[in-house]
Amino acid sequence: MTLEITPIHASPHIRHGSNAGQPLTRRDGILKVTGAARYAADNNPAGMLYAVLAVSSIARGRVTYLDLDAAKAHPGVVEVMTRANRPPLALDPDAKTTPFSFRFEALQNDLVRYANQPIAVVIGSTLEAATEGAALLAPRYEAEPARTGLDSTESFVPAAVRLISPPEERVGDVEKGLAAAITQVDATYETPAQYHNAMEPHAIVATWEGDALSIDMPTQGLALSQARIAEIFGLAIENVHIRSPFLGGGFGSKGVMSGPMVLGILAARLVGKPVKLVLRRDQMYGPVGHRPPTRQRLRLGMDGEGRLTALHHHAKTVTSTFDDFVEPAAEASHVLYASPAIATTHEASRIDIGTPLFMRAPGEASGSAALEGAIDEAAWACRMDPLEFRLRNYAEVEPISGKPFSSKALRECYAEGARHFGWSARPLEPRQMRDDAGFLVGWGVGTATFPALVFQAKARAVLKRDGTGLVETSAADMGQGAWTALAQLAADSLGLDIDEVEFRAGSSDLPDAGIAGGSAHTATAGTAIHAAGGDVISRLAELATRDERSPLFGAGNAGVLARGGRLFRRDDESRSESYADILARAGLADIEGRGEGARDPNAAEAYAMHSHGAVFAEVKVDPDLGQVRVTRLVGAFAAGRVINPRLVRSQYYGGMIWGVSFALHERAIVDHRSGRVLNADLAEYHIPVNADVPSVEALLIEEDDPYVNPLGIKGVGEIGITGTVGAVANAVWHATGVRVRSIPIRIEDLAMGAEFAG
Amino acid sequence: MNFSISLIVNGERRNVELDDPRVTLLDLLRERLHLTGTKKGCDRGQCGACTVLVNGRRINSCLALALSHDGAEILTIEGLAKGGELHPVQAAFIEHDGFQCGFCTPGQIMSAIGLIQEGQAGDDSERVREGMSGNLCRCSAYRGITEAVLDAQTRLAKAHRRDAA
Repeated sequence: MTLEITPIHASPHIRHGSNAGQPLTRRDGILKVTGAARYAADNNPAGMLYAVLAVSSIARGRVTYLDLDAAKAHPGVVEVMTRANRPPLALDPDAKTTPFSFRFEALQNDLVRYANQPIAVVIGSTLEAATEGAALLAPRYEAEPARTGLDSTESFVPAAVRLISPPEERVGDVEKGLAAAITQVDATYETPAQYHNAMEPHAIVATWEGDALSIDMPTQGLALSQARIAEIFGLAIENVHIRSPFLGGGFGSKGVMSGPMVLGILAARLVGKPVKLVLRRDQMYGPVGHRPPTRQRLRLGMDGEGRLTALHHHAKTVTSTFDDFVEPAAEASHVLYASPAIATTHEASRIDIGTPLFMRAPGEASGSAALEGAIDEAAWACRMDPLEFRLRNYAEVEPISGKPFSSKALRECYAEGARHFGWSARPLEPRQMRDDAGFLVGWGVGTATFPALVFQAKARAVLKRDGTGLVETSAADMGQGAWTALAQLAADSLGLDIDEVEFRAGSSDLPDAGIAGGSAHTATAGTAIHAAGGDVISRLAELATRDERSPLFGAGNAGVLARGGRLFRRDDESRSESYADILARAGLADIEGRGEGARDPNAAEAYAMHSHGAVFAEVKVDPDLGQVRVTRLVGAFAAGRVINPRLVRSQYYGGMIWGVSFALHERAIVDHRSGRVLNADLAEYHIPVNADVPSVEALLIEEDDPYVNPLGIKGVGEIGITGTVGAVANAVWHATGVRVRSIPIRIEDLAMGAEFAG
Repeated sequence: MNFSISLIVNGERRNVELDDPRVTLLDLLRERLHLTGTKKGCDRGQCGACTVLVNGRRINSCLALALSHDGAEILTIEGLAKGGELHPVQAAFIEHDGFQCGFCTPGQIMSAIGLIQEGQAGDDSERVREGMSGNLCRCSAYRGITEAVLDAQTRLAKAHRRDAA
């Protein structure tokens, strides 16, 4: 059924555009370029001690011995925390209170369930002493064989993927559709385990004052972390104060409370002093989440005109032995291509790893990598240009649900991206282009998409007697630019210039801004801010339009506009009054407003909401060595209203480079004998360096969406990865004629390929 | 046993008593002198977040023992802005959005200043990218970083010519 939905327009009192839409530089820029931006580990409260984790070197078994005497005898070691002396918790770390609360290790027993699991904490007066103490523990184990990889244990159909999504979705009859097809593709793609590797390692500085807890810790969700800590330690929520003004990157790894952060708080409890605990880089490969590996089979059938008759996307992945997060990779096929029959199915198995977690575009990234490769194969099987093939199968409505899109400017993305890239000159056959140096040149395309989500948030806005404003919400800036974009929205919500509004965020004592995740923070917190400012302006307008002494008297029905610190009569802008005058006459020191952000459930029921984009890649491949270089990357994205084009472009660049990384660089290699990640460091776990990315461009395609939220904002943080992996891999095929289905594409995959030498 | 060293940090002489020979230059700056602008990303010379200038040369301070730099002149991110005025490289990083989360930024900026002083890259963006490749940025703000380095280099050269004239 279709519900009648009224498009959401901005409140009649609010004018947009004076601040939002402007390419302001980052408001936290000076702090960040001078070293004054204070990240969690930059805090050094008086009397602070250092805590260092000891982690397991086996992946399954029990810890049988720790040399506590040796560690304690080391000068400067103050205490060793083990399960024997670890202070009590109010909550069992293995309890599952909601699907969103992950199980964690806090020395609750002697079990080891994955490599790099914390098994003790050494606390010292210096970092050097605590580090040495942790090494002196020299643990002994009763080890059991590690189960690793996609096939070491029996698989099952998970009850849910991601956390609560159905594992299977279908429309039509896939087998019938395949049987009716003229051309078929049956391709199996593999993607590797990946680790977030934010530049800032997870860190906490914890101070107890009686039953109150003061914490510096990077978190993508302040209120969520605060509530979780209160639950774990049995504290009143208001007794937990977290400061997280800056995150040195999050990418999903700082969204949920992890075991090591709990251990930092416990260590501070144990010694009765402030404690700083920072993970070593290698310790980030275990207890703080990762993107699990996948094997995905895509079966596609096409009729004589290159129209899909069936699409089956099956994804196999792994999760931990003790918790549930299943990468929803096949969900990527829910959105992009029309087919009378579509099935998306998942299977998982449990192995000895830390629980996988949301990692930038969870499911969408790995799923898109496989889908966009298979679509390229299908286009070639039909001898069609891959862009034309995508347009031939363009989804006019969301394929499985049948819902109309709230907005979808993907055609414009394809057209603008292709024009800018010069796609029309692309030869259909592979191995047709060479550069002056004799390198093989290839062009590839991929479609990008990401859901346009809105979570729940609150904000508070205050208009002060002097006409300036204050807006508060506990937003988290992990680099996406919340300090700037949300301040722009805050200023617009009050009809003030951005310099006249104080914007507060990054602290748990502010109204709950929700989580910086799902590419939804600007939309979510922004909507709450918009509503809070709107509330203030409504109250102000009420004062003025009911006051005979105001030039706005009687404007109630016509409404007023808020702009530049004044209210204007909507039907006669020559009549206006300053905020300060209205407040002064009313004898008020200030006006406070509150706002909430959430999705309109009716709109969500009626419409499919997604951002879209098209990514075009050029690669050059050394014909002798198989070395691949991405020489050009052009993405065109439509994601609703853009609040700050400078920051949005940076998000797209970052996402696209993550796509390059996914296609060519990143891969955690697990030693199947020990269950340990072999390349748990930044030299051998490859991510792109500056020289890997010669040219990246992002085009912002205009899109007006009246349904997603009152501001028309969709997300931009994750979409850039999707599409890009396929574009790069497809370009490699176009350059070489070798279709590599094992991601990342490695030199040996190309150089050893029979077609390569041909 | 205690060790005493003397350093010039951001133009200021610092006499440091160390109770431990294992202290790296990075941990000395961050944990003992509380100059926390310099960041620790990997602690083994792989990411560049801890880049500082030692006697004018860019180094990974996590791979340097503090004791072995007695007498050295150290320049960190905190020592760049003069009298409330940003160094041209700092200003260019803001203008070109050469960062997102900002965690690698102090290292990127110190590395950029080192690169410009080395004078090897010229205005060749390919060589700038190569010269900046010891500094990882997981947010992948590489395009802005490269543009910022080239822009700042041009501005510094102009200022230098003005000074010389």
